[in-house]
Amino acid sequence: MSNTGTNPFFLEARELECIRDDRTLFRNLEFRLEAGQALLLEGRNGSGKTSLLRILCGIRLPDSGMIAWCGADIQRLGADYYQHTAYVGHRDGIKLDLTPMENLAMARALGRPSEMTFEAALARVDLFGFEDVLTRNLSAGQQRRLALARLLVTDATLWILDEPFTSLDVHGIRVIEELLEAHTLRGGMLAVTSHHAVNLHRTTVHRINLSA
Amino acid sequence: MNRHSLTRAFSLLIRRDLILAMRHRAEMVNPLLFFILVTSLFPLGIGANPNLLQAVGPGVIWVAALLAALLSLDGVFRSDFEDGTLEQYLLSSHPVSLLVLAKVLAHWLITGLPLLLISPLLGVFLGLPPAGIRILFITLLLGTPVLSLIGAVGVALTVGLRKGGMILSLLVLPLYIPLLIFASSAVDTAAAGLSVTAHLSLIAALLVLALSLSPFATAAALRISLS
Repeated sequence: MSNTGTNPFFLEARELECIRDDRTLFRNLEFRLEAGQALLLEGRNGSGKTSLLRILCGIRLPDSGMIAWCGADIQRLGADYYQHTAYVGHRDGIKLDLTPMENLAMARALGRPSEMTFEAALARVDLFGFEDVLTRNLSAGQQRRLALARLLVTDATLWILDEPFTSLDVHGIRVIEELLEAHTLRGGMLAVTSHHAVNLHRTTVHRINLSA
Repeated sequence: MNRHSLTRAFSLLIRRDLILAMRHRAEMVNPLLFFILVTSLFPLGIGANPNLLQAVGPGVIWVAALLAALLSLDGVFRSDFEDGTLEQYLLSSHPVSLLVLAKVLAHWLITGLPLLLISPLLGVFLGLPPAGIRILFITLLLGTPVLSLIGAVGVALTVGLRKGGMILSLLVLPLYIPLLIFASSAVDTAAAGLSVTAHLSLIAALLVLALSLSPFATAAALRISLS
């Protein structure tokens, strides 16, 4: 175990290889992410950013190599790993025919609950006052922010985010960046892909360019 | 504490699916309507001969129930797959098989239960004797959950495919056949005044088998579909 303050968690990728449709997306990829650090994945479309995030989630199996959480293979850990993770993928993972409150209630029940109330979580992403509106009637940016509010209602250490800034306006991007920075400053970890520049000034950011 | 949150996730998932069904009433009513229409068209098609109707009645009702279930199956995981909530189940800290069981239970409450409740009426409609109607009800009570449980495995396997409907029927229908045979022959036997304990025991055994195996198979199939 490493000693990074109070939070001993760390995530490692060992000799990762991913092949899709006979094309090697990456090979011998290695990195180590510790508490309070962020991993930023860059690269062109189709360079394997989303595939790498799905491997980090354990949804997709790497063609060789492994992901280790505190030294143990995540495929063996299963639920012991998932209680520490939260994932917001390309698709929002929210139900359009439920209200934001109902969506957050479900998100909280599926993970390890955090202390934050639903109202507070919605307020953090600037959705205060939309508790009981059907999610279908929210704009695309608001739906995305609701998806990101899911991160706050569970007590996860590692946030895995696939293009979190999609359909957000400048203000929305700043709100979410503050959210991410606050998470790493509390000792959380981030694994993010983004086309936008991600401004995390007070966080150690590891950059991996998959097109290189 | 962990067990408490699992029961909470389980009940919340069922409640959520019921709320969603209430907000999409058409999807809920479709299979039921199909069930009623098919069974009520038969007397018109083959003529109102009571003996004939009594003979084909159990089979007709069961075939219609089976097709109605098949019609509704795609909805179990389709929308969850499309909006990404399916990924969230797989990444939850609870056993996926139990979340799947909650989904299947909700599906049965939404599509199986209304079918079950309307079946005595259709039994009367087809001129089945009271004993036959009673057994028809019991076979549907034991059998419709089996339809949902087996169907869930097939849907989980085909949810990633764009046009999975045809493959789904080919996968699932053969597995429904034993149930269909035992159930309709149970009703026939009961109508003839004989004991049906053996039939009912076999259907109950099918239910126990599906209940204990299907959630694991469905969870594994979902992992395959999403990877």
